[in-house]
Amino acid sequence: MNNTVLVKKGLKKRYLKEKLFKSAGIVSIGIAFMFLLVLLTDVITKAIPAFTQTQVTLTVELNAEALDLNQNSSVDDIMQADFRQPIRDALKKRFDGVTKRNDKKQLYSLVSIGSEYQLRDLVLEDTSLIGTTLTYDFIADDDVDAVIKGAIDRELPESDRRVKNLKLSWIEEMETSGEIDTAFNWLFFSAGDSREPELAGIKGAILGSLYTLMVTLALSFPVAVAAAIYLEEFAPKNRFIDFIEININNLAAVPSIVFGLLGLAVFINFFSMPRSAPLVGGIVLSLMTLPTIIIASRSAIKAVPPSLREAALGLGASKMQTVFHHVLPAALPGILTGTIIGMAQALGETAPLLMIGMVAFIVDIPQSIGDPSTVLPIQVFLWADAPERGFLEKTSAAILVLLVFLITMNAVAIKLRKKFEKKW
Amino acid sequence: MSISALILLLAILAAFGFFIGRQKIHLQYKLQSDKPRITTLPKYFGYVAGLAALIPALLVLLILEVAETPWINHQISQEINTGLSVSEVQSSSDLDLFLNDIKNATTDREVAALTDEKKVIHEHYQRIVNTAQWGKTAVVLSLSVLLGLLALKRINIDTRARVLFEKTLEWILLAAASIAIMTTVGIVLSVLFESVRFFGDVPVVDFMFGTEWSPQTAIRADQVGSSAAFGAVPLFVGTMLISVIALFVSVPLGLMSAIYLSEYASRSVRAVAKPVLEILAGIPTVVYGFFAALTVAPFIRDMGESIGMSVASESALAAGLVMGIMIIPFVSSLADDVMSAVPQSLREGSLGLGATRSETIVKVLIPAALPGIVGGVLLAASRAIGETMIVVMAAGLAANLTANPLEAVTTVTVQIVTLLTGDQEFDSTKTLAAFALGLMLFITTLILNMIALYVVRKYREQYE
Repeated sequence: MNNTVLVKKGLKKRYLKEKLFKSAGIVSIGIAFMFLLVLLTDVITKAIPAFTQTQVTLTVELNAEALDLNQNSSVDDIMQADFRQPIRDALKKRFDGVTKRNDKKQLYSLVSIGSEYQLRDLVLEDTSLIGTTLTYDFIADDDVDAVIKGAIDRELPESDRRVKNLKLSWIEEMETSGEIDTAFNWLFFSAGDSREPELAGIKGAILGSLYTLMVTLALSFPVAVAAAIYLEEFAPKNRFIDFIEININNLAAVPSIVFGLLGLAVFINFFSMPRSAPLVGGIVLSLMTLPTIIIASRSAIKAVPPSLREAALGLGASKMQTVFHHVLPAALPGILTGTIIGMAQALGETAPLLMIGMVAFIVDIPQSIGDPSTVLPIQVFLWADAPERGFLEKTSAAILVLLVFLITMNAVAIKLRKKFEKKW
Repeated sequence: MSISALILLLAILAAFGFFIGRQKIHLQYKLQSDKPRITTLPKYFGYVAGLAALIPALLVLLILEVAETPWINHQISQEINTGLSVSEVQSSSDLDLFLNDIKNATTDREVAALTDEKKVIHEHYQRIVNTAQWGKTAVVLSLSVLLGLLALKRINIDTRARVLFEKTLEWILLAAASIAIMTTVGIVLSVLFESVRFFGDVPVVDFMFGTEWSPQTAIRADQVGSSAAFGAVPLFVGTMLISVIALFVSVPLGLMSAIYLSEYASRSVRAVAKPVLEILAGIPTVVYGFFAALTVAPFIRDMGESIGMSVASESALAAGLVMGIMIIPFVSSLADDVMSAVPQSLREGSLGLGATRSETIVKVLIPAALPGIVGGVLLAASRAIGETMIVVMAAGLAANLTANPLEAVTTVTVQIVTLLTGDQEFDSTKTLAAFALGLMLFITTLILNMIALYVVRKYREQYE
């Protein structure tokens, strides 16, 4: 009797504890989810402005004499011509009465320094423009861009504001007359890196990532599959094989930066391979992803039922024929899934590539695996460090592009696994 | 001939060997009058001839490719030292610079810009490079042709070509598996070699127990503010501090998530929540670094200021918190695994005696799964110690010996990155220090991983 009372007395407390414990689990998952949500919202909201670009509409007079060009000028001549002057003239004409040196400087800085190259490219494409007057949307300077997008508070006192009153009045005047507007930022996807935020793009980084991943895939896939086949199907049980297995497991847990040190000491210093090149980056990353793919491939091969092997062997196939004609095709979906996941890891990796010099500022878009280039994560790292405000949105946008690639790769991997999932 | 052209040519030679080899057997078979039972498919004879033409030549090419640059350097410096006297070259570092100028001049315009003295050397250099190139091409191609022909001559209808081919293939597979060993050896040698040079300059004891870290080496003896000190204790402490914060975040959150997912959650919740948790592990660390540096750190600083505390803008807390979130999946998935490995009978026994679920978990499941959980935590700790990008972007650069999480600290990985990025020569104590730090990092994480794997494995055997 006494015991029942005691138990009943304790029950309430125990049930409360039970509830608390369960809710602690929900709360911890909730915290992780919330963090992910905050991170993604933060990145996305910061990134959105990067996909539009402010443009300034100007009417430019391409005076043939002043440019020293004619309809039949050669490409070289056009490249040499001074296209800065017509833009300045157009600005001066739009806001006449600007005479002071400092004011003029501010006036000219309404458009990006890239605008003269825009003009030059127009002329290069169509020489009949020489001698005519044309109206065109030029890229605005990053400060103008920031004002239009609301990143610079117009209400702030002038002394605290990056854009001074005079310039602001011009911007507002052009804004009301419709000469300043925003358009989709194609340049972001078609340009290389730049010191000017309004001109910077990620094409160079995307191509660099692509080349690096190509090298990584070409090296790690065949080697990893071969290693997995050997270890699962042919390896005898001995010390040497144990040693190989221990090494593979260890490599999977070695910090990535140590692989960077290996790349620096061995490939760059010892073999004198080119710095900053996707070739070296790809080699280093392939050594890193090798364990991941080997481990995934091994479990895929292991999952192929022995009956398949026995049937092939029973019909007189050799061990090698059994493996290459029957086991490997059956395991391939699993191997591919592991490979895609390994590639996704390699795509997001930054630290080892810092060591081999892929952190250099590179404007040119790489043409081959031997050219200096950068990769997406490093581009993020470089831009995150840049002091100009315009780079903040570029960084977030580059992160977004990186995440889109990663999510696509993972989705493909999941799809592949689902499609080929077999119950033997 | 460029290396890619050479490889292409080798591939063509191998294909050629394959066809001739196969054809030879076809022909032999046709010519035989009694048509004996043939034990091997004709294509295997082709494979044998093709591999003979390809594999040894490729290996030799690889070796020559590796040896080429050192050989060229040796040759040209020999010529400079003996035959040609060059006024600019006084010491070996002068020689390196001098050679660099010559090697970098690849286009005609660049060559024209060289000094006369360099032009002469440039010609010699070109000659040596040409010799090397032609030598390489000749050796590799003749080896390929020779071995291919030899194989073609040796094979006949009685050869066990399939066995031969499969044996070779097995060796190739073994070689692929051995790359893991070579990588490990490469890592150990590269960090060890440079570390030994570093410890020649800086005593091990100073490095391990010194409390001052300022790697700026003085270029001149009288330079102000550049007294190098390589005491790594502040870095170890900083690394530990950030890792401990990360573990304080990730262990309870990861463990509770794993418990909820494996013991309470319904199938559908689990199907959604598990992959979402895994996304956390898939996000590139540079993204976490950006988030930590630009969102979390300022947030913490503002919070601190609002209650009157001074918080550094690059606090250990910010980096640790974000890193903790990042490693939640590592803790949770391992804990999940070991807890589902606990036999159902243990749960049923406890529940049958009237314990609540939480009591079962705390008193039965967790003690039973403890070694596995500890293993998971150790693996997470080694991740935290080796993690680079978050700390590079969100922790400080200045070595600061403190246990206060609100101050900026620096870590081993941050210092490796700062010492090795930018322009530098690779024989200064400063750059060598990075390799010594890399060695410490490698050893520490290796030991942690070994212990973790040992603990996990030992536990898993208990129920079998």
